Amino acid sequence: MNTATAKPRLTTSAMIASIAAEGQRTKPAPFGHALVELARSRPEVLGMTADLGKYTDLHIFGAAFPDRYHQMGMAEQLLMGAAAGLAHEGFMPFATTYAVFASRRAYDFIHQTIAEEDLNVKIACALPGLTSGYGPSHQATEDLALFRAMPNMTVIDPCDAHEIEQVVPAMAAHKGPVYMRLLRGHVPLVLDEYDYTFELGKAKVLRDGADVLIVSSGIMTMRALEVAKELEADKVAAAVLHVPTIKPLDTETILREASRTGRMVVVAENHTVVGGLGEAVAGLLLRSGVTPVFRHIGLPDEFLAAGALPTLHDRYGISTSVMTERIKGWL
Amino acid sequence: MDTTPLGHNVALSERAYRIRRNAVRMGEVQGQGYIGQALDIADVLATAYFHAMRYRPEDPEWEERDRFLLSNGHYAIALYAALIEAGIIPEEELETYGSDGSRLPMSGMAAYTPGMEMSGGSLGLGLSIAVGIGLGLKRKNSTSRVYTLFSDGELDEGSVWEAIMSAAHWKLDNLIGIVDVNNQQADGPSTQVMAFEPLVDKLEAFGWHVQRINGNNLDAVVAAFDTARGDVGPKPRMIVCDTRMGCGVPFLEAREKNHFIRVDAHEWQLALDALDAGRTA
Ligand SMILES: Cc1ncc(C[n+]2csc(CCOP(=O)(O)OP(=O)(O)O)c2C)c(N)n1
Ligand SMILES: [Mg+2]
Repeated sequence: MNTATAKPRLTTSAMIASIAAEGQRTKPAPFGHALVELARSRPEVLGMTADLGKYTDLHIFGAAFPDRYHQMGMAEQLLMGAAAGLAHEGFMPFATTYAVFASRRAYDFIHQTIAEEDLNVKIACALPGLTSGYGPSHQATEDLALFRAMPNMTVIDPCDAHEIEQVVPAMAAHKGPVYMRLLRGHVPLVLDEYDYTFELGKAKVLRDGADVLIVSSGIMTMRALEVAKELEADKVAAAVLHVPTIKPLDTETILREASRTGRMVVVAENHTVVGGLGEAVAGLLLRSGVTPVFRHIGLPDEFLAAGALPTLHDRYGISTSVMTERIKGWL
Repeated sequence: MDTTPLGHNVALSERAYRIRRNAVRMGEVQGQGYIGQALDIADVLATAYFHAMRYRPEDPEWEERDRFLLSNGHYAIALYAALIEAGIIPEEELETYGSDGSRLPMSGMAAYTPGMEMSGGSLGLGLSIAVGIGLGLKRKNSTSRVYTLFSDGELDEGSVWEAIMSAAHWKLDNLIGIVDVNNQQADGPSTQVMAFEPLVDKLEAFGWHVQRINGNNLDAVVAAFDTARGDVGPKPRMIVCDTRMGCGVPFLEAREKNHFIRVDAHEWQLALDALDAGRTA
C-alpha cells in the first residue's frame, strides 16, 4: 500500500450522494415535491416506505401529509403486500425503497399481490443500476429485466429532475402497477433545455444526427447527450432517442428511427446487458426485419465492484468519455 | 488464539479503545459514515475477538475457528477495526477504507476482506446463514460456534424471524445472536420506526435463551458472552445489547442521533482526543 501518495484517493460515494456532476444544474428532491403537488388534488394518494423515506425523498411527502404517510419499517415484502392491500381498498399508494430491495427481496410480493391483481400501486425506487459504490448489495443492475418480465407492470426509467416531475402525475393517471427508477437528492436538470415533455409509452428524439442513433433511458440519456456533443467536435452527427418507458416500449418510434438508412444504432443503458433496453430493442428490430449495424453499451453480466462512482462508470463503460471512445471505435 | 482469561477486563478496555480509535481513523478517510455505530459496538467486538472467540489471525479460514457473521454490513467499519486489532488485517490498510481498490469497502463483503464471513449490505440475511452454518457445524461434529451480529433495524425484516423460529426448532445451541439495540435506523429511532418491544419476551417465546445487557459495560458484555457459551440448554442464545451511538466520544454521543453522520474535518482529531481522555489502561 502506497500511503505516501499526495493525490487524495477517490472514495465511495456517500449514502446521500447525488449523481450530479460537479457544477451541474440540479433540483432538490423532484419526486418528493411532485408527489406533494399530486396529493393535493388526489386524496387517495398515500406515501409508504421501508425505512428509506429520507433516502427516497418521500420524507417531503411525509412532512406535508403526515396522516397519509405509512412508515412500514425495514420490511420490503410487507411494504409491497400492504401497498397491495391499500390499493385493494381503493387507495393509490406510492411505495419507496431502493431498487435492489424491491426487485430482489420483494419480487414475489410484487408479482403476486400487486401485478397479478393489476392493482394501482406505484413503486418508486432509488439507486437504479450502477448509482451506488457499495457493491452488488446496492447496485440494481437487473431491475429493469425483472420488472419487464412481470406481466401488467409498466416500467419507467426517467433521466432527470425535469422528467421526474412529469412522471409522477403520469404514473397516477395510468391505472395499474408502475415501477419507476428514482433519482433522489440533488437531481441533475437537463431535459428542460430540450423542449421535452414526458408522455407515458413515448420515446422522443432529443437531437437529430445522420451518423449514429443512440437509444437510451435514464441517466444514460444525459450521458448520450454529452457524448453527442463530443462526437460533434469530431464531425460525427449523433442523434439521441430517449426511451423513458421501458415497458410498454414505443415500438413505432424506435422502428422508425432505427430504419433510417446509414445510421449505426447504439443502445446505452445503466443496467446489465442481460434483459434490459438493449435486448428489448434488439429483439424488436430483428422481429421486424430492421437490421442496422447494432451496438450495445451496458453493464457486464458480473457482480460489480465497490468504489467511487466515477471510477466505476469508467471501468464499466458508462461514463461519457468511455462511451465516446467506444462509439468512435465502432464507426 | 488463546482467549484472555476472566478478570482481565482492563486489557479488554484497551482493546475496545483501540477498536474505537481504528474506526475513527477510518471514518476520517471518508469524512462521514457509520461512526456512531462503530463506537457503540466496540465493546461487544472487543469481547468477541479478545475474550470469547477461537481463531487464528494468521489463518482466518482455519477450520476450527468460531465463525463471526456481520449481518449488518454497514457496520463493516467496526469489524475492520476489530480485525485490524486482531492482526487479521494490517493496520496500514485502514487508510484505504472505502477507497477504490481497497480490501475494506464501505459495505462488508466476504470476497474482499479476510475474516469477513458473509456479504451483508442487504440487511436481514445473517441469521439465515447462521442457521445453515450452525447445522453444518453440527453435521461435522465441530465444537466451533457461529456468532451473528445484527441490528435493531433488522428486526423489522420477516426473514430474521424465520431464522429465529428455525434456530430454536433445530436446537442450535452453537448459535449466538447479538443484536445491537442502539435505537437508531435509517429514518429515525428504531422503536418509533417499527415497535419491536418487548424484545426479550418475544425471543423467549420463540424458544431462545435471552440476555439483555448494557452493551457498553464491558463486565456485563463479558458475563453475557460467558453465559451464552455455557450450558443453558439445547437452545440458540441471544444477547440483546442496549448501546449508545458514539459511545466514547462525548460530543458525538450528544449530537443529534443519525444513521449516517457527517463529521467536520477538524472534529476527527477531537474525537481521537476524546478517546484518549477516556482511556482507562
Ligand atoms: C434489506 C435492506 N433494506 C434496506 C436497506 C437500507 N438500509 C441501510 S441501513 C438501514 C437501517 C437499518 O437499521 P440499523 O442497522 O439498525 O441502522 P443503524 O443502527 O446503523 O442506524 C437501512 C434501512 C438495506 N441495506 N437492506
Ligand atoms: Mg440500529
